[in-house]
Amino acid sequence: MESRIVSICRRYADDRTRLMDILLEVQRELRGIEPAAMELIARQLGITRVEVEGVVSFYAFFSRRTKGEIIIRVCDDIIDRHAGGREIAKVFVEELGLAIGTTSADGRFSLEITPFLGMSDQAPSAMVNETILTRLTVQKVRLVCARLREGTEPRDLVVHTGDGNNSHPLIRAEVNNNIRLAGEVLLCPVPANAGLRSALQRRPQELLAELEESGLTGRGGAGFPTGKKWRAAADTAATRRFIICNADEGEPGTFKDRVLLTERADLMIEGMTIAAYTVGSDAGIIYLRGEYSYLRPYLESVLQARREHGVLGKNIGGKQGFDFDIRIQLGAGAYICGEESALISSCEGLRGEPKNRPPFPVESGYLGFPTVVDNVETYCCAARIMEQGGAWFGSFGTDRSSGTKLFSVSGDCARPGVYELPFGITVRDLLDRVDAPDAAAVQVGGPSGEMINMSQFERRLCLEDLPTGGSVMVFSQRRNILEIVDHFLEFFVEESCGYCTPCRVGNVFLKKRIEKVRKGLCELEDLAYLKELGKTIAVTSRCGLGHTSPNPVLSTIRNFPLVYAVLLKEHGDGVQASFDIQAALEESRRLAKRRSMIYDPNYDEA
Amino acid sequence: MNKPFKFEIDGIEIEAQRGQSIMQAADEAGVYIPRLCDTEGLEPQGSCRVCVVKQNGRAVSACTQPAIEGAKVENETEEILGYRRDLVRMLYHEGNHLCPICEASGRCELQAMGYRLGITQATKYPYLQPARPVDASHPDIVLDTNRCILCGRCIRASRDIDKKHVFEYVGRGINKRVGVNGNKLAETDVKLNDRAIDLATCPVGCIIQKGRGFFAPIGERQFDKKPITLGVGPGKNRGKS
Amino acid sequence: MKKRIATVSLAGCFGCHMSLLDIDERLLELLQQVEFDRSPLNDLKRFTRRCDIGLVEGGCCNEENVHTLQEFRRNCDVLIAVGQCAVMGGLPVMRNAIMHSDDPLRECLETAYLDSDKVYNPSNQIPNDAALPLLLDKVYTLADVVKVDYQIPGCPPSGDTLWNTLEALLAGKPVELAYEQLRYD
Repeated sequence: MESRIVSICRRYADDRTRLMDILLEVQRELRGIEPAAMELIARQLGITRVEVEGVVSFYAFFSRRTKGEIIIRVCDDIIDRHAGGREIAKVFVEELGLAIGTTSADGRFSLEITPFLGMSDQAPSAMVNETILTRLTVQKVRLVCARLREGTEPRDLVVHTGDGNNSHPLIRAEVNNNIRLAGEVLLCPVPANAGLRSALQRRPQELLAELEESGLTGRGGAGFPTGKKWRAAADTAATRRFIICNADEGEPGTFKDRVLLTERADLMIEGMTIAAYTVGSDAGIIYLRGEYSYLRPYLESVLQARREHGVLGKNIGGKQGFDFDIRIQLGAGAYICGEESALISSCEGLRGEPKNRPPFPVESGYLGFPTVVDNVETYCCAARIMEQGGAWFGSFGTDRSSGTKLFSVSGDCARPGVYELPFGITVRDLLDRVDAPDAAAVQVGGPSGEMINMSQFERRLCLEDLPTGGSVMVFSQRRNILEIVDHFLEFFVEESCGYCTPCRVGNVFLKKRIEKVRKGLCELEDLAYLKELGKTIAVTSRCGLGHTSPNPVLSTIRNFPLVYAVLLKEHGDGVQASFDIQAALEESRRLAKRRSMIYDPNYDEA
Repeated sequence: MNKPFKFEIDGIEIEAQRGQSIMQAADEAGVYIPRLCDTEGLEPQGSCRVCVVKQNGRAVSACTQPAIEGAKVENETEEILGYRRDLVRMLYHEGNHLCPICEASGRCELQAMGYRLGITQATKYPYLQPARPVDASHPDIVLDTNRCILCGRCIRASRDIDKKHVFEYVGRGINKRVGVNGNKLAETDVKLNDRAIDLATCPVGCIIQKGRGFFAPIGERQFDKKPITLGVGPGKNRGKS
Repeated sequence: MKKRIATVSLAGCFGCHMSLLDIDERLLELLQQVEFDRSPLNDLKRFTRRCDIGLVEGGCCNEENVHTLQEFRRNCDVLIAVGQCAVMGGLPVMRNAIMHSDDPLRECLETAYLDSDKVYNPSNQIPNDAALPLLLDKVYTLADVVKVDYQIPGCPPSGDTLWNTLEALLAGKPVELAYEQLRYD
């Protein structure tokens, strides 16, 4: 073990900031990072073991115990659950004889639940080591388990590869793109490197002006003006600057970056290269979520091909002195790393916790240098803007939300998938396209967004009205709204980094109270409790996760008041309906071998 | 360039230097902003959120937010006090804070913050009642993380002042806790006279010095007579052991 | 008309009741304003009629505590949790710290009556008389079981704290405590 760990660390020059990569390799090679391994890594990097443990224990894909040779992770987002994900997990449990969260005695298998794989348009899904399985059925799971038991390699489980590059020899995934509507900016055919060529003929200041004219805003959901961000980074007096692409699409219900990474990788890297030229950067990082690690070999090959074609690396596009290269940083299962400063922490080999701002990443980001962090789709748009012009881009969309947007639609509709439409279309327009005649509720922007009711379907998808990073989940009348709310809270409790008090503790309290509401154990005053607690969390939390985590509760109280009203009862006697005396006595009855004189009416019967 | 500027906290004019946080400027002006994770001599962390204030209407942590010229800062408004009560209550309910049996009672900053904020309202949050093992392996120190409020002061003191990095956060979310560099405290190189172990470092009774319990009689403990405020709080009037 | 007060000690130590006696000569003043109904102070075991204020010391560790508490809630307009045990479980709640055991209640009883080296128990039996109320699976605070209107923290709250609180409540004024009067220990 020692020599393997030492050689992994050496490969990264014993660089503490590359701890993520080191841990990913140790985890893969040794199937776990046990205390002895942490000790060795710490010694090699000149840090303490508990520092290593801090990072190991932060990410869901790292484990302090040795895992099975084959790790099966069943996706448990709400769409997968509605599509039968729970039953799928049960079949894995039966077939492998393994409880969720455990490893088989022979060390062959580990079975786990994972919050979101990014496959809600082809749910239910699971991940077997790095191989994604979609549209799982009971029969298919039984077959998969049988083959795994026979010794089939996970990657050989794929029988039918998906459309487009999903069939590329370096991807070979049974994932489908499900591109239902290609718009005029991103999913239409795009010429190779036209934006980059055009950009390299102009001065960075002109490019900033072009970008600002386009009105491009961040596609991750927050909607910050991209031009302003790039200009801020360019204006710093730093010796180095970094360009980071946020490919950590973790908001449940979002999968449009998966499609872009599969089909528009070149365009995305072109956009990053343009950003590098514009702000003056020589190095970039693609932060790829661990769940999309199946795309990594392909993305590496795209980077390599670009180096060979002179559009990445030294003297890009023949421009003397313009050097820019990119490395891929794989994540390890942490939603919070989609937050830009947490993502930077992760790239630096730290716990994926957001940083204090100010300073903002554009002033002091990766390793303390000005850093531009943008979403996959944002870089793709930037490349198109440099090719076609800011005015052209601004001709799509609304005043404050220009351009087209990729919407990932899933749930109760006939045509789930990716739709490229101009910003500002109404929810109803989108619902018509996805064929969802019985939609009763739509969750816009993922769990951190807003759930709207039928009377609000005329609202528009754009920053002025309903912002979204792409996630649109459709729910029909037969879905239980509070089950969805409860599930979203479970997600936030699981994914909170725990840094600040309100998000770490408050979300647990919110979830506990919603559980009580669902059981019909709450009264009207509990609504006030939920609203008040939600407000404290939203106002006092440190980052966007906490600012938005109460949204499932707050938006459904606003938009679905009847759902709560039917469950809230006035009891009047002041006794807490949630206190269950019978359950509280069960243990005692068993130990004392007698019934309760007070609470068992049939006390005297034998 | 480095000319001092002015801003307001609850209508009081405060002078600040460029680069100062709201907290630093307030401290220098003698205006107290309640805090738990921040303490003199350590990098501000901004995690407990008790120092939440509104700067020009936006909620920020005073310990990490730079002061802005001309800004209006709300510190002791009813709204802010309400948030602070909620936050302090959350910390109370997250851990096991059995004041009657805790060695730190009377000098505990969490308790003092409860007093200062006048928390007497009926319990509204559930108690989470963690059941983590107590680490009493070290000859001089006990670590009871059931009382930890995750302020990270011991982590920063050990890392930045003692240069030992004995403590670090492990886990995440509600399972986040303070871990030690080894299987137990006795395996680490932590020493009683480390800054991380100083009575002024741990605001609660999570880190306890053995053989030194209940040294101040009731009525003469740090917060028995005077509320926690500037100069009565972290790092002051406590003396090193 | 005089206000009626009921008091009880559940899983507590009667320390809060002792503290109530610590208001000394003000007891006479209190009796001018109130009449005690069910309370250990007058040994009344049942409510004679509906009360204005119920003071409850101690949390709930057995079924009888729960039963009594529910009765107090039904018979009192304002229910006040008095002392740390009532507020958050107090010392008895330390038993909940063994909840991670697979068989916590058994472990608790065995430690208390059999295993601990401080135990002298020649019969080597865990008490289990039919008259003993059954223990709950864990210790509950008052607010877990019923709605609580107000709480007076402290272990115990001082006589002055209790007096000031009661005086304000009886006068229908907001409770204002001096700094030294609010204590969690």
